Parts: sequence; C-alpha cells; structure tokens
Amino acid sequence: MSRDIFIKIILFVFFSILCALILIPFYAVTIASFKPGEDLIRYGLNLSFDLSVMNFDNFNYLFTGNHAYFTWFFNSLLLTIVQVVLTLLVSATVAYGFSAYEFKGKNFLFMCVLLIMMVPFEILLLPLYTLTHNIGLMNSYSAIVLPGIASAATIFFFRQYLRGVPKEIVAAGRVDGASEYGIYMRLILPVMKPSFAAMAILNGMNSWNNFLWPFMVLSDSGKYTLPIGLKTLLTPYGNNYDLLIVGSFFSIIPIFILFVAFQKYFIDGMTAGAVKG
Amino acid sequence: MIKKFLYSQKVAPYVFVLPFIAVFIFFWVYPLGSSFGMSFQKIQLGQEASWIGFSNYEKLMGDGVFLKAVTNSAVYMVLTLVVLIPFPMLFAVLINYKFMWGRDFFKSSFFFPALTSVVVAGTIFRLMFGEMEGSLINSVLGWFGIGPVKFLKGQVTGFVALVSLATWRWTGVNMLYFLAGLKNIPDEYYEAAAIDGASSLQKFTRITMPLLKPTTIYVLTISIYAGLAMFIESMMLWNGNNSPKNIGLTIVGYLYRQGIEKNNLGYAAAVGIVLLVITMIINLTQLAFSGMFKKEE
Repeated sequence: MSRDIFIKIILFVFFSILCALILIPFYAVTIASFKPGEDLIRYGLNLSFDLSVMNFDNFNYLFTGNHAYFTWFFNSLLLTIVQVVLTLLVSATVAYGFSAYEFKGKNFLFMCVLLIMMVPFEILLLPLYTLTHNIGLMNSYSAIVLPGIASAATIFFFRQYLRGVPKEIVAAGRVDGASEYGIYMRLILPVMKPSFAAMAILNGMNSWNNFLWPFMVLSDSGKYTLPIGLKTLLTPYGNNYDLLIVGSFFSIIPIFILFVAFQKYFIDGMTAGAVKG
Repeated sequence: MIKKFLYSQKVAPYVFVLPFIAVFIFFWVYPLGSSFGMSFQKIQLGQEASWIGFSNYEKLMGDGVFLKAVTNSAVYMVLTLVVLIPFPMLFAVLINYKFMWGRDFFKSSFFFPALTSVVVAGTIFRLMFGEMEGSLINSVLGWFGIGPVKFLKGQVTGFVALVSLATWRWTGVNMLYFLAGLKNIPDEYYEAAAIDGASSLQKFTRITMPLLKPTTIYVLTISIYAGLAMFIESMMLWNGNNSPKNIGLTIVGYLYRQGIEKNNLGYAAAVGIVLLVITMIINLTQLAFSGMFKKEE
C-alpha cells in the first residue's frame, strides 16, 4: 500500500509542475493587463508581480476609451451565433439524410465528406478569394459563413450519433402519416438535442477564434472580428500594447466561463472524431 | 404534383443532403478545379489570364525561397509529431492511474490553452520570447547565467518558440484524445496481464500501445495536416509574413505572400497544389502503412 502512496505523490508532483508550466502564460498575460504598455515594451512579458506599477488603467481604457474593441467583440459574438446556428441545422439535416436512407450515390457522397476532412482548407484560400471577389461578396459575413455551413466534422459526428437512435421512431412516424420532413423536424430533431451541445461548443470555439479567412475577406474595420481587430493593434509603426494585452485577456474570458460551465461538452466535442463508432 | 415528388421517400434523402452537395461543388470542387487550372496560368486579380503550361511548376522547383518554406513546414511538422504524440500519450496513461489525485483539475487545466485563439496565444508567446533581458524566457535563462537570446532572429531559436507555442496549445487536447482511446481498453486485459506477472512497462508496450493504435492514427493524421498547413502561428510570432531570412516562412505563408501580397495568383495556386499533393501522399502512405484501408468495411 505504501508503494501506491509513493506513486501517488510522485504523479501529483509531476502533474503539478506540468500544470504550472501550462498556466504560466495565462498568469503572465493576466498580470500584464494591469501594467502600463510602456512596461511591456521595455521589459517584455514577465512574471514580476509589482504592485507599485500595477493599476486598472488598461481596464478603464478598455471600457471607456475611444476604440473599436467592443464593436469587434459584438461582431465576433454575432458571427459566432449565426455561424453555429446555421452550421448545426444544416449539418444535422445532411447527417440525417445519410443515416436514415439508402440511396444511389450515398457511399460516394459520404466519401466526399471524409475527403474534405483531409484536404487542407488553406489551399482553397486563393480560389475562394477570387470566387468571393468575382461574385461581389468581399467584405461580407456571407462569405465567411457560407463555405463552412455544411461542416464535414459536424456531419460526421451527427451521423455517428444518429446511428444510436432507434429506427422505430421513423417507422412509427410513417405509420402515423407524417411526411419525411415532418418526421425529421418533429421526431428526430428533439432526440438529437443532446448531441447539439458538443457540436455547438466545437463550432462556436472555432468560429470565435477563426482568423485567416475572415482576415482576407473583411476590409472594413467596422466589420472586423475580435482576432482581426486585435491583430491590427500590432503594426510595423508601433504596437498598441495597452489595448492589446487587456483586450486579449478579456477575449479569453467568455470562452473560459463557457468552458467551466459546460466542460463535458467541450471534451465530447473536441474528441468526437477520435473515437470511431 | 411537385409536392408529391419532393415528399416521396425516393427524393427526400437527396433533399436532405442537398446542402452538402451544393457546398461541396461550389466551395470545394469548383475552387480546387480552378486552383488546378490557375496553376497553369499567369493570372492576376482583375486582369486577363494567359496559359503558360508547366512554367509555374518549373519555376517553383528552382525557387530557393519556396524550398526554404517547404523545409520549414516539413521540419515543423516532424518536430510537432515528435513532441505531440509520445508525451500526450504518456501523460494520458499516467493521469489515468487509478490512485491519481486531482485528475479532473489537471485534465481541465491542460485543456485551457486550446481555448485561446492563435492570435492571442501567438501574441503572448511573441512577448514571452521577446529579446529583452526582462522577458519571461530570457529572465529564466538569466537565472542560469545564460545571456539574453534573440529568439526570433535565429533559425533554431525561432523554431523553439514555434514548437513551444504548438506544444502549449495542443498537449492537453492530444492527451484527451488518448484518454478517450484508453477508455475503450477493457480492464480485464490488464488484470490478466497482472496475473501472468507482466511489469508496468510490458503492460504499456504490449497492451496499451497496440490498442491505442486507432487513436494514434487519428492524432497522426490531423497533426500531419496541421503541421504542413501551419501559417498563422508564424505570422503572429513574427508580426507579419516576413521573418528575417525567411526563418519562419511556411508553405501556406508563401502561398499567401505570392497570391495575396504580390497578386501572383497562378504561381500561388501552384504552391497550393504542391501542398495538396505533399499532404495527400504523406497521409495516404501513413494510412496504408498502418493498415487503415484494410480495416474499413
């Protein structure tokens, strides 16, 4: 028994050290958000907890200053909500089509879903960029939302989930004379509810943090999302650290709160692809 | 009449999967095809294109900057694989030990970094790896009497910063993948091994590792993809797409530079096609070697 205690202590110490290493950057950015920007330029990001230079000026500036931070924040929020709702509904519908029916071309189409997951999205950047330019969708949110609306990973996850839903539900619906779409809307969607949480979180996180494609599409600073806005604070001519650090700190908070509240769904959503059904 | 047609059991499945077909054709097949076509053209946004055959590819083969970018992406991918597969696997096994204190707390805190955007994480790491004496990493090195290092000015030290950033963000996520895989291994296997007098190391190499293979393949596949397609991490660390002597330039970075910054779309498309081919070859080889294709169906 004493050997178990020994192992227990060793493991605990080991993981505590790892954990401290992982949390250090968060600690550093948290205390930096209470320090003046010049401090950061002069000394870099560090761990010194010096109350004499720390104050609430940055937070004061964040909430009352003349800048676009909260415009970006609400743009991100709006875009995330729209993207999550549309992606979930569309992907769930597609997944239901794949799971409930046998039809010509089904296997081929599903192979396409799997294929998409293996092609780096980055190589589509240029053709999508020219396409967006040619159909006049530059600087619009549609250009950001549309390409991702039938998300392969989400379709895959929902299809796996639907495999566990008894086929009798559909059969019973048909006996009652419901139409194919009625069955989906009134009988299947309610049953799928639990699986929506994990995918909402996964898509929401991706959307909240999405950077490259929106960065290429959006040119009007009034439409910027939070990551783009924060990025523009770093310029070749000088960096607006006062807002950048406190803004970065503040941008993590909503996701942090969601994570603490819905931890299980985060983990389900993130690891959904790894466990093959 | 139309209503009856749309509502029949034969047509309904196509209506359900229609959004996917539309997105697939419009946002994948068409762009991929046009990318392929563009790679044989000299083309600029808003100008007439002209066909130039394989010139773009020929030029690429002799383009030192492109070869630099390919090397960087490949080295980065290999380094992330070396760090981000064995260690998370080991941590998952250790944290799963039956008498572990604070398991849930550790699991969540390891996951925290994955919640940050690349922009925020990149900014934090850029400042932590700053060249001033007082910046975090240099002040730690200072305790050991090592002078301030200009991390982002050197090839090796620059990659230390890049790989640290990836390690910080993905260790926890990969650990969770392996933990999910461990859940599928029945306890009886270990009990039977214990009766036969197997050591912990034997249990790990003979039971855990082989049975974690599907998870490992999954993590390997997404890590290869993520490693080869990395761009924003480098963009954030070097505050733009230009690093000294291109030490941080990646394939996607070069695609972006040629396509967006220089409006050299045909040439950039060729870069994209090369990236696609490299990714596909590596991933298909890896999947073939691990016997993934035999197991399907």
